[in-house]
Amino acid sequence: MRRFGWVVVLALFLIAWEAHVRLRDIPDYLLPSPSAIGQTLWDDRSTLGPEALVTGREMLAGYVLAIITGLGAAILLRLVPVLRDAVLPLLIGSQVIPIVAVAPILVIYLGFGIAPKVLIVALVCFFPISVNALDGFARVDPEYRRMMRTLRATPRQVFWRVELPFALPGVFSGARIAAPYAAIAALIAETAGGSGGLADSMHQQLDTPLIGAGVTLLAVLALALYAAVGLLERWLLPWATGDRGSGQ
Amino acid sequence: MRFGTTQALAGVDLTVAEHERVCIVGPSGCGKSTLLSLLAGLETPTGGAISGGGLERCALMPQRDLLLPWRSALDNGCIALELAGASREQARAEALPLFERFGLEGFAQERPAALSGGMRQRVAFLRTLLARKPVLLLDEPFGGLDAITREELQGWLGDALDAEPRTMLLVTHDVDEALRLGRRVIVLSARPGRVVLEVESATSTRDELREALRG
Repeated sequence: MRRFGWVVVLALFLIAWEAHVRLRDIPDYLLPSPSAIGQTLWDDRSTLGPEALVTGREMLAGYVLAIITGLGAAILLRLVPVLRDAVLPLLIGSQVIPIVAVAPILVIYLGFGIAPKVLIVALVCFFPISVNALDGFARVDPEYRRMMRTLRATPRQVFWRVELPFALPGVFSGARIAAPYAAIAALIAETAGGSGGLADSMHQQLDTPLIGAGVTLLAVLALALYAAVGLLERWLLPWATGDRGSGQ
Repeated sequence: MRFGTTQALAGVDLTVAEHERVCIVGPSGCGKSTLLSLLAGLETPTGGAISGGGLERCALMPQRDLLLPWRSALDNGCIALELAGASREQARAEALPLFERFGLEGFAQERPAALSGGMRQRVAFLRTLLARKPVLLLDEPFGGLDAITREELQGWLGDALDAEPRTMLLVTHDVDEALRLGRRVIVLSARPGRVVLEVESATSTRDELREALRG
């Protein structure tokens, strides 16, 4: 029962919203009612469905790219401390560059296909993943390092056998934080250059029920990504998620 | 093995013969753990000399089991063999007989989270043993266990060392444990630690050791 508490909260919120719109007679272009959004979702399903698929594909591709490059970069920076000292401040500084400003430039470079969208999603998701991984490497209990040293482990062996596995739950935390970012980044990327994604429908400025329908689908995509990452973590890291039982 | 150090430790002079079992007792903060770190080669002494110690010859077992939670008990036990270049399969094959001999046969595939504190400590000891070093340094190995498990593991450790003889230095603050596991017992004073008493456990009593501990 407790797992579905969110359904109750969501239902109460939607009822209050609907009542607010109806009792005050608020016009659609100021605030569409949930029922109007629902109606639009159903009526426009033949365009919204394919659009959501396009956006979802961009999100997923960019997200996977961010996990591979984010974790890869963190490993590289950990193994080469000189590189970390040189690059990390720049990496943190780069986060103030507004993605809205970069997106059109990438479209100019990479065209109107899926490439700039994937890259923008990856750029946005890269940071929480790489920083959480680096944090995880550094935060390993020093007693484990000592123990491994007495067993004659080289620093490389300590990294691959102790630091990296201990950091993986942190990598997954970063990945979960990045899941909603992926949705927003995909939308911004689509806005910068046509795509056939959800941004197309959401650009109909005055059709607020349609915008609401797009937001709803975007939220569903972000939640699906978030849930998938959670499942993947339970499957890959049973030792970190409380499952007991046999190891390899 | 011979060493003499200063600072946290003041004038500890000690020689240990091959396959001898020596227990070191002392009050908290007398530098017992420092002594083992020095012997293990994890720290360098500010004065004095140690011979026959260092990372090549000593395996150190800390008080916390420090098992890796994603590895099974067996894979934790055999990690030193893997680090030395054996494949996972070779390492497992070599470690398994030891697990069977020392009462862990049913637990080899379990993850540490599924094991009791006593079982985890046994795995940690086998991991130390499988480092294949002539000298074992045990730093309060049973300090975190309840009295009954502790008693049980003391007997188990004695048997294990009879089967796999090593030079052993065990640090503890428990006089009974020291008398039971050491052929020789050394009592250290409060910091800076120095030797206040050195006895054969066969000819010594707990009262004698307690007296020495009180100073």
